Amino acid sequence: MADLRCKIGGVESINPFWLASAPPTDKKYNVVRAFEAGWGGVVWKTLGIDPPVVNMSSRYGAHHDSNRGVLGINNIELITDRPLEVNLQEIREVREEWPDRVIIGSMMAPVEENAWKTLAVKIAESGVQGLELNLGCPHGMCERGMGSAIGQVPEMVENVTRWVKEVVDIPVFTKLTPNITDILVPAEAAYHGNADAVSLINTVNSIVSVDLDAMAPTPTVDGKGSHGGYCGSAVKPIALNMVGEIARNPETRDLEMSAIGGVSNWRDAAEFIALGASGVQVCTAAMLFGFRIVEDMIDGLSNWMDEKGYQSIDDFRGMATPNTVNWNDLNMNYDIKAVINKDECIECGRCHIACEDTSHQAITKVAKPGGGNEYTVIDDECVGCNLCLHVCPVQDCITMKRVDDGQSHLTWPEHPLNPMRLAAE
Amino acid sequence: MSKRFTGSADGRPMDAAQIEANFGDIHPALSETQAMAESSRCLYCYDAPCVTACPTSIDIPKFIHQISTGNITGSAKTILSSNIMGGTCARVCPTEVLCEGSCVKNATGEEPVKIGQLQRHAVDGLMEMNVPHPFFRAASTGKKIAVIGAGPAGLSCAHRSAMAGHDVTVFEAKPKAGGLNEYGLAAYKMVDDFAQREVDFLLEIGGISIEYGKALGGAISLESLKAEFDAVFIGVGLGDVNALGLEGEDKKGVESAINFIEDLRQADKKTDVNVGDNVVVIGGGNTAIDAAVQAKRLGASDVTLVYRRGAEQMTATEWEQDLAQVNGVNIRLWSKPVGIKGNGKVEGMSFERTMVDGGKLVGTGKTYELPADQVLKAIGQVLEAGPLAGLEIDGGKIKVGDDYQTSISGVFAGGDCIKTGEDLTVQSVDDGAKAAEAMTRFLNA
Ligand SMILES: Cc1cc2nc3c(=O)[nH]c(=O)nc-3n(C[C@H](O)[C@H](O)[C@H](O)COP(=O)(O)OP(=O)(O)OC[C@H]3O[C@@H](n4cnc5c(N)ncnc54)[C@H](O)[C@@H]3O)c2cc1C
Ligand SMILES: Cc1cc2nc3c(=O)[nH]c(=O)nc-3n(C[C@H](O)[C@H](O)[C@H](O)COP(=O)(O)O)c2cc1C
Ligand code: SF4
Repeated sequence: MADLRCKIGGVESINPFWLASAPPTDKKYNVVRAFEAGWGGVVWKTLGIDPPVVNMSSRYGAHHDSNRGVLGINNIELITDRPLEVNLQEIREVREEWPDRVIIGSMMAPVEENAWKTLAVKIAESGVQGLELNLGCPHGMCERGMGSAIGQVPEMVENVTRWVKEVVDIPVFTKLTPNITDILVPAEAAYHGNADAVSLINTVNSIVSVDLDAMAPTPTVDGKGSHGGYCGSAVKPIALNMVGEIARNPETRDLEMSAIGGVSNWRDAAEFIALGASGVQVCTAAMLFGFRIVEDMIDGLSNWMDEKGYQSIDDFRGMATPNTVNWNDLNMNYDIKAVINKDECIECGRCHIACEDTSHQAITKVAKPGGGNEYTVIDDECVGCNLCLHVCPVQDCITMKRVDDGQSHLTWPEHPLNPMRLAAE
Repeated sequence: MSKRFTGSADGRPMDAAQIEANFGDIHPALSETQAMAESSRCLYCYDAPCVTACPTSIDIPKFIHQISTGNITGSAKTILSSNIMGGTCARVCPTEVLCEGSCVKNATGEEPVKIGQLQRHAVDGLMEMNVPHPFFRAASTGKKIAVIGAGPAGLSCAHRSAMAGHDVTVFEAKPKAGGLNEYGLAAYKMVDDFAQREVDFLLEIGGISIEYGKALGGAISLESLKAEFDAVFIGVGLGDVNALGLEGEDKKGVESAINFIEDLRQADKKTDVNVGDNVVVIGGGNTAIDAAVQAKRLGASDVTLVYRRGAEQMTATEWEQDLAQVNGVNIRLWSKPVGIKGNGKVEGMSFERTMVDGGKLVGTGKTYELPADQVLKAIGQVLEAGPLAGLEIDGGKIKVGDDYQTSISGVFAGGDCIKTGEDLTVQSVDDGAKAAEAMTRFLNA
């Protein structure tokens, strides 16, 4: 069986699955249940300087699909609303009871050197294996000059990271906000501040829906709503890109990553690791289904690794990074055409109408003598965009077949139609 | 109530409350949650086979999509614009051989989308909303249309004609409108007086008046209508039933299944309905199944449905046949009635086993008897030809052209009394609407 042990930012873990700093890691009771379920580690709910914050009633909004499946949730919760000492005492207890599991202390403070340093030391003394600096919360805390208000200013990211690194000797994870234009800028700042790793992403700033009766954003608090942090599987593509960018950027490629954002199953985790992450953190998926989801995360990842012949996480970590390139590096001679497997086709017509109305009019619909329709791809019109394949409800009914010779390689900078083509010689 | 019926709980006769409960909704309405879940299963096919399979060509993917976006009014309007009796059809259509039978999900081995149930969700939703009637009348054309028969064909024709701006008078022999929606469909499919609620809804369009107790061949004649109206539509359905042709068919207890069902549908209390203890139903169509199942639910101890051929040849759909089974109806196949026993009142029936020989159904000479204190005949309905004198009849149905016009110019017909598709509510609604359009073309010509 594959070995799921891994090292994330210098912290050893029995598996790559940690719970992200959020309600699931708010107190000893939850964390013990998480460890019982099999989670390798937790990032404790963000700790702050007393007096604790006060939370509102009505905190979460949801983006549902039409089947009430949750695509994403958002929240307007703040950091822990329990006194620091209560949290630290519980951390000490759990550390002692669960020596093989990881507890990372998440923290947040105003942009004052002393505040960060004092809090960091207090938390470190509780026995946590690392600290995570929450520079990402995009609601509430940022209005007090914390969270994303720090994470959006590269100098502050660097300073805060450095301050904490100066006073503790355990690994420091800087947690990044996605609410910026270029993730590389704060990632480089964290790197320059000597972070051992970055955790990303925190939640995406959002309004998840508008209550059309109350005429207010949800979640609605007494008739009003505020923007909140969006998370869950809907944000996974955003997080994957940010992780991929940090991994392939020469300035940051040595930075370790604890990947977060929409991880809902082992496959999501494997994808983040393939793009260079050392481990993953999960919040929404656990909030939707409970801690038991980790069972299949562990089992599924290890079965997949066995099938692929990967013995350890490092065996496939970052394997997709070299294949993540700029558009200009893609081969323009590569040519694929859609192929419809007529035996599998259920004649829903979705590929036809999608291509006909919005793509390249490359799928014909011809009435069959005995009733029903036959759908056929016109190779000459098909540009190989994949749209039909995505809208087809039947798995593997539409496939893409490669039709170029598979030999020649031509990029846009070399392309004859490019007016700014690089000189051939 | 569910599809299953298990009978008396303690072996004693069921009490009135239990019997009443046996006629609750056989397909309880979908909850909001179920409707959302089910609507999201629809693939939103393009040029969808379900639309082709629906005799009224409802844009099914569209109305289901509208349910999933929470646009119930729009969804119901999509349905009703193709089929003004979408509410009844959602309850009684044999969807397994129509829309749901052609759902592409069948091809992937999945359950088809519950189109009928979703249709009901949308139409009921609109009817409960207390909003104005969703359709409007065109400017008055000053034309007058007579409709004979207030069944699905007649009412659908009346509604579509009213929409076109004509003034419609409906002549109905019975004291209530709805035709077999009111008098024939199984009680557990049409609970809470739905037939009348639907008639009221349909009449909200305006421009339609119904004259009850006026029958063609009685108070009115085709000639008088032709003189008074610009066009006439006949939607009289099938008013007669086939006879067994056996001696003793007039014995007490031998009756038409249609009459039995009509009594049941019209009874204030189900316990008022006269049902035997040993009921034999003769026939293999949906009427036979409906009569048998309802007899069972009324409290008959034994109900046996006897059909002269096999299950394959029954015109009752598979769903209906299953329904009979899970309601405890005994089904005897390959048997034809040969005698009625009893002295003034039926006491039993004798049957001869049949088989197919050289493509023909023949008796085998083997006979058996079943005790019976009630025999319900459901061996087919036929056109009541008397009132239709003067019209050309073909194969037992009023002959019409592609434009639904009969052999008399300006007289149109539709529904069970003509030969289009199957004798189904949905087909009759389609006939009525299409005939109305043909009449408008005729009047404009
Ligand atoms: C027991 C039974 C169960 C059925 N179950 C189903 C089912 O589950 N699903 C389904 O799709 N279909 C079912 N059907 C078939 C369906 O009911 C018919 O196809 C449909 O009602 C036909 O509509 P119509 O308007 O042509 O005729 P009808 O519904 O028969 O209406 C004819 C109307 O004309 C009136 N009328 C008759 N003669 C005259 C006259 N001379 N003058 C004035 N008025 C007259 C009648 O009183 C009646 O109101 C069933 C039929 C029966 C008998
Ligand atoms: C209700 C809620 C509260 C959260 N609170 C915190 C927090 O206190 N500190 C923090 O760093 N992140 C917080 N997050 C962000 C999560 O740790 C995580 O970064 C984000 O939800 C993305 O991961 P996911 O898609 O697996 O949920 C919170 C998220 C949620 C849903
Ligand atoms: S790949 Fe794109 S262009 Fe080709 S058939 Fe499919 S939808 Fe049309």
